[in-house]
Amino acid sequence: MTAPLDVPGAAEEAQPEAVAQTGGTRDRGRSLGQIAWMRLRKDKVAMTGGAFVVLMALVALFAPLIVSLLGHPPNQWNREMIDPALGTPMGPMGGMSGEHLFGVEPVTGRDIFSRIVYGARISMLIGFLATLVSVVIGTFMGIIAGYFGGWVDALISRLMDIFLAFPLLLFAMALVGVLPDAAFGLQDNALRIAILVFIIGFFNWPYIGRIIRGQTLSLREREFVEASRSLGASNFYILRKELLPNLVAPILVYSTLLIPTNILFEAALSFLGVGVEPPTATWGGMLSEAVDYYDSAPNFMLAPGLAIFLTVLAFNLFGDGLRDALDPRTQS
Amino acid sequence: MIRYIFRRLAAGVVLLLVVTMVVFAIFFLVPRLAGIDSDGLAARYIGKSPSPEAIAAVKERLNLDEPITVQYWEFVSGLVMGQEYDSGTDIIHCDAPCFGYSFKTNTEVWPQLLERLPVTGSLAIGAAVIWLVAGVSIGVLSALRRGSLLDRAAMMTALAGVSLPIFFTGLVSLALLSYYWPIFPPGGSYTDFTENPLAWAHGLVLPWVTLAFLYAAMYARLTRAGMLDTMGEDFIRTARAKGLPERTVVTKHGLRAALTPIITIFGLDFGLMLGGAVLTESTFSLPGLGKFAVDAIRGSDLPVVLGVTMFTAVFVVIANLVVDVLYAWVDPRVRVGA
Repeated sequence: MTAPLDVPGAAEEAQPEAVAQTGGTRDRGRSLGQIAWMRLRKDKVAMTGGAFVVLMALVALFAPLIVSLLGHPPNQWNREMIDPALGTPMGPMGGMSGEHLFGVEPVTGRDIFSRIVYGARISMLIGFLATLVSVVIGTFMGIIAGYFGGWVDALISRLMDIFLAFPLLLFAMALVGVLPDAAFGLQDNALRIAILVFIIGFFNWPYIGRIIRGQTLSLREREFVEASRSLGASNFYILRKELLPNLVAPILVYSTLLIPTNILFEAALSFLGVGVEPPTATWGGMLSEAVDYYDSAPNFMLAPGLAIFLTVLAFNLFGDGLRDALDPRTQS
Repeated sequence: MIRYIFRRLAAGVVLLLVVTMVVFAIFFLVPRLAGIDSDGLAARYIGKSPSPEAIAAVKERLNLDEPITVQYWEFVSGLVMGQEYDSGTDIIHCDAPCFGYSFKTNTEVWPQLLERLPVTGSLAIGAAVIWLVAGVSIGVLSALRRGSLLDRAAMMTALAGVSLPIFFTGLVSLALLSYYWPIFPPGGSYTDFTENPLAWAHGLVLPWVTLAFLYAAMYARLTRAGMLDTMGEDFIRTARAKGLPERTVVTKHGLRAALTPIITIFGLDFGLMLGGAVLTESTFSLPGLGKFAVDAIRGSDLPVVLGVTMFTAVFVVIANLVVDVLYAWVDPRVRVGA
């Protein structure tokens, strides 16, 4: 079931490390990566998602610069923007203007745009790092379970089932609740971020683990693994040199799809008040503050909500596109 | 069949033990590893600014100075057989199943859990019905009309659904359908079913739809993929070749095979759904288990958090057990294979 690649002239060279084409201007074969990139580039939806992801990453990276250009630090109160009688922002649309792009928060008058920009830092940082933790644990466990099989596989698979079946959000809430304000040589926000990265990453590894296990199961039976083994290669060598390189594609795809899940997880914890501590701006935290003002200041709720939605959607679109591009079986 | 059920039951008991260990570790071992001593830990179980006497009393009650194995034993036996807490002046009996005792409000946790269970149950069951019906039917329709406008629109909506946080959809629906167009009651209004079933359902429509939206989206995607796979199988071609009407081919042959994995996933999603229920309850201020836990965390009432976590974990194990047994009853291959 090989699908035709929608690349001009690619039909003849659809095989990985394709055989050199005779004649024509292109006489070089393309690697699997190049083919995937060509397919991905044609996928407009995925590329739009990818572009938005890059944009958000840049916003997160240069948050201090962006905010200093606009001149409203995220934690600065702008009391003059607030109607003292009602506690809601003055002016139309929750105080939206050229000065305050997304308006200001009720009561404190903090600039919503600046807080969204700074919130991106927390979301992206925790989303990426937690995914890294999940991928490291998931790949390790998955490859071991799939390769060795037997009781190792039974044990790890059962463990993954247990992890997937539990109300992880509650466990994560509990863990954040019992931990002190200073531990492991860290304190305050640095500690909170470290805890969140660890918890989110640790609880989500089975998603990656399952996929890697499945892939390893089928790779294990392939001839090149057999050949390597008959040449006297050790298990460790086979895992590292034969299996791991073949698992790069699924690892890449499912990391891209796990990042948005983790961003949502972080937002949920912040929303519940067990994330990074205020006044640090987080999207989830902003939404939880907006709960009381959904009637009087809808922009306060819409800004962080749309920030989460668009970022997560962008990651999902890009991830789906990446999966289709890297999987030779999918039809475009 | 009987043997299969016994094996599953045995596995369930082992799982319950593992779960109590995990919950115990979260609440008693991890804080120790993070460098809190028994005084500090006891203080966290009381709440803000405890007196030295109170700390000593809680330490005694929770056996915090005993070795970790003794603590675990007391913890589990308390769950199964009940416990007695010496509050200084008199002894409090916490009858089995003892899910802890809040030193902050001086109440047992178990009765409060029971009180809030119907709220979470109402939310979860209603949402599950909506998402299964909506998700599966949209998925099947999309698969059958692959590439059509309906398919594309449904899949775009589904993708948006999995990307939207529950607490945002909930807030938007409140703003629109409760504030601007007051069709549904605002957040925080829950009527008991026994009191007025109509008001009960009316008040739960928004939370149900909010919670169901995310999962309906996931299930629509899953069902569509499963259905597309199944409809390409040989036995479908055979069924068509026999001259069966297309309706029979789809419902009796296609849908049946495509639904089997969906049931498995539904069984596994209980835990995930409880997480979603926590968020939904917080958004709509419903007095359920999730809100109970969240409020307890905010008020640093750890025994309550411990109680809810333990309770939901036990619930998930039992729910999975029930699903396993039902599954074996429905699908004979399972009990033969296992």
